[in-house]
Amino acid sequence: MSSTLAGWLQALALVGALALCYRPLGDYIAHLLTSAKHWRAERCLYKVVGVDGDAYQRWTAYLRSVLAFSVASVLFLYGFIRLQNHLLLSLGVPQMSPHQAWNTAVSFTTNTNWQSYSGESAMGHLVQMAGLAVQNFVSAAVGIAVVATLIRGFTRSKTDRVGNFWVDVTRICLRLLLPVSIVFALVLVANGVVQNFHGFHDIAALGGGTEGIPGGPVASQEAIKELGTNGGGFFNANSAHPFENPTGFTNWLEIFLLLVISFSLPRTFGRMVGDNRQGYAIVAVMGLFWVASAALITLAESHHSGSALQAAGGAMEGKEQRFGIAASSLFAASTTLTSTGAVNSFHDSFTPFGGGITIFNMMLGEIAPGGTGSGLYGMLILAIVAVFVAGLMVGRTPEYLGKKLGGREMKFASLYILTTPAIVLIGTGIATALPGERAGMLNSGPHGFSEVLYAFTSAANNNGSAFAGLTVNTPWYDTALGLAMAFGRFLPMIFVLALAGSLAKQQPVPASAGTLPTHKPLFVGLLSGVVLIVVGLTYFPALALGPIAEGLH
Amino acid sequence: MSKPLPASVRTHWTALRLLLVMTAILGIAYPLLVTGLSQLAFADKANGSIVTSDGKEVGSSLLGQNFNLPKKNPDDPNEQAQPDPRWFQPRPSAAKYDPHGSAAGNLGPNSDDLLKAVNDNRAAIAAFDGVDPATVPVDAITASGSGLDPHISAAYAKEQVARVAKTRNLSADTVDQLVDKYTEGRSLGFLGQAGVNVVLLNKALSEQR
Repeated sequence: MSSTLAGWLQALALVGALALCYRPLGDYIAHLLTSAKHWRAERCLYKVVGVDGDAYQRWTAYLRSVLAFSVASVLFLYGFIRLQNHLLLSLGVPQMSPHQAWNTAVSFTTNTNWQSYSGESAMGHLVQMAGLAVQNFVSAAVGIAVVATLIRGFTRSKTDRVGNFWVDVTRICLRLLLPVSIVFALVLVANGVVQNFHGFHDIAALGGGTEGIPGGPVASQEAIKELGTNGGGFFNANSAHPFENPTGFTNWLEIFLLLVISFSLPRTFGRMVGDNRQGYAIVAVMGLFWVASAALITLAESHHSGSALQAAGGAMEGKEQRFGIAASSLFAASTTLTSTGAVNSFHDSFTPFGGGITIFNMMLGEIAPGGTGSGLYGMLILAIVAVFVAGLMVGRTPEYLGKKLGGREMKFASLYILTTPAIVLIGTGIATALPGERAGMLNSGPHGFSEVLYAFTSAANNNGSAFAGLTVNTPWYDTALGLAMAFGRFLPMIFVLALAGSLAKQQPVPASAGTLPTHKPLFVGLLSGVVLIVVGLTYFPALALGPIAEGLH
Repeated sequence: MSKPLPASVRTHWTALRLLLVMTAILGIAYPLLVTGLSQLAFADKANGSIVTSDGKEVGSSLLGQNFNLPKKNPDDPNEQAQPDPRWFQPRPSAAKYDPHGSAAGNLGPNSDDLLKAVNDNRAAIAAFDGVDPATVPVDAITASGSGLDPHISAAYAKEQVARVAKTRNLSADTVDQLVDKYTEGRSLGFLGQAGVNVVLLNKALSEQR
């Protein structure tokens, strides 16, 4: 079979598998977000935690719960990491510096999983499984919980209550993420991913010398790392490491896992608002960008432009033989379009345009399909903007799903859209202006600038992948990128929750002949255009200085 | 309690309790359960797919290794390791195949350092294997993502057959057949890319009598 045909088949198989999951998984998530019934185990848990599982919260109370849970998570994880060398299963790793521990704690709490440390030398097994992997679950759940409030904003009327944070997070963790993770962790082990509590196990290697075989609870972490669009590798090489991703099949499975929830959530949305066609329109836009991006990266990598890659005769630098160009490109497109950031190949060594598209993917705002929950709320904000733009064209107060989009709603949507680019561009600007931070670049010229641009784009969009040549374990980068991750996660959430509260208060208006239908191909095209124009106009100058300058050179 | 705590303190206390409960379930019980089941059902894979030769553990089938000549002076950290012609050679590695530090090179597509490394590798490998530099395959001269890649392309393996056969006094046919035997196709026929597992191939080679 030719490589091209195999490349197409793996993508088609992925589309098929995701399409099969769309309805059942989306409906299941809608059910768990709306059901009035608690499991007995959940009732016990609510009693222990001390919450009333039947009371809905105002958006302000919901927001306070989100922030309190995240603050508790950052502090707990920070303490855990700083103290890990005194705990069980620490494998004798040295104590982590305060700035790196801050960076790591924020990174995992915000679903970013940016890693300025390398797993095998800086983290013991206990902190990986009971610290980092726990955040892999709960940060993914927080994202889905927040989008649930936005959907409830459309479905509920004349109320100030948008949901119960504690119930939403508990159900998403226990009913969705945990069972799926158990199943796929076992599938990964069956294909070679390790799962044990050993430290490095020294053996006399065939080729001479001693080889330390690493161990750890890797498969259990790998499953949720992908499923929850987290992306933080157990090992430094992330999903390129053969113990995290041993075969072509596990590679395909990991891509599937990191896409499946975010691609199914539009169904949840359609289901909850009582019109499945609305979900199809949203998923169509997500799918369009994903297909285009995967195709363009594969094309760029197949043509291996760049002086060093031309001399090598192919873009295999930083890529694994068992994956090759097509599987690496598909992974790269999927991981940067979701907020995952796991990598099976190193983007810093991609072709100028291939690597540039990974940056552009993140700049889209992680919406196609985006992180668990955060992808859908990002896309819904852009849908609101698209409806507003259409409303301006015909001079009519815009409405989306029966809710009027007035000044208050548009202010929140605009603030959402402005936040991340502001963090990215200001952060990149400051870093490039500082000589010490410029020295952190591994590569020179436009590619060095791309490394810094990638870092801030990845942090502010909570992706977590990197042009990994940049030296980021410095007090400045750890602190600055930590702030970028925190603001990039929580400011947008504040605007989404405020918007949810504002929408829920409204009385729905009946659709009339003048209402823009938001389930037709026209709207899919309009929304895609808005996404491209908003992102393109914001980031074009920065992209021109980095990947475009390098690619056209 | 005589006085209820302020609302903001109560919310944080609730948050911490939920986090601790979740840590017990998702951070302790879940990995223990998966480890227990894995060790029962797939112990070999769960422990790193260790390969043995003559009853001794010699590596993992998933982790690439160096196959270099012993250093002339083992205490000299600057001495460059030289490839051992009796073994099939793996891809270049930014981690020098040390699993304590998996890593990629991260050099950009237009990097002068990468250009030099690629050209140097091409010349060195062509001389080592006695072939035309233009025919050296791309995987032989570029570093992998993990630095632990156990595979090379079939083309690179075939290029090394003559050299390995000669240094081991084996017939080229015998070595060629071993290469075919350890060539792994794509998963399920269409996922990923085919490759030759260097560790397994070299192990089979070392067991030839």
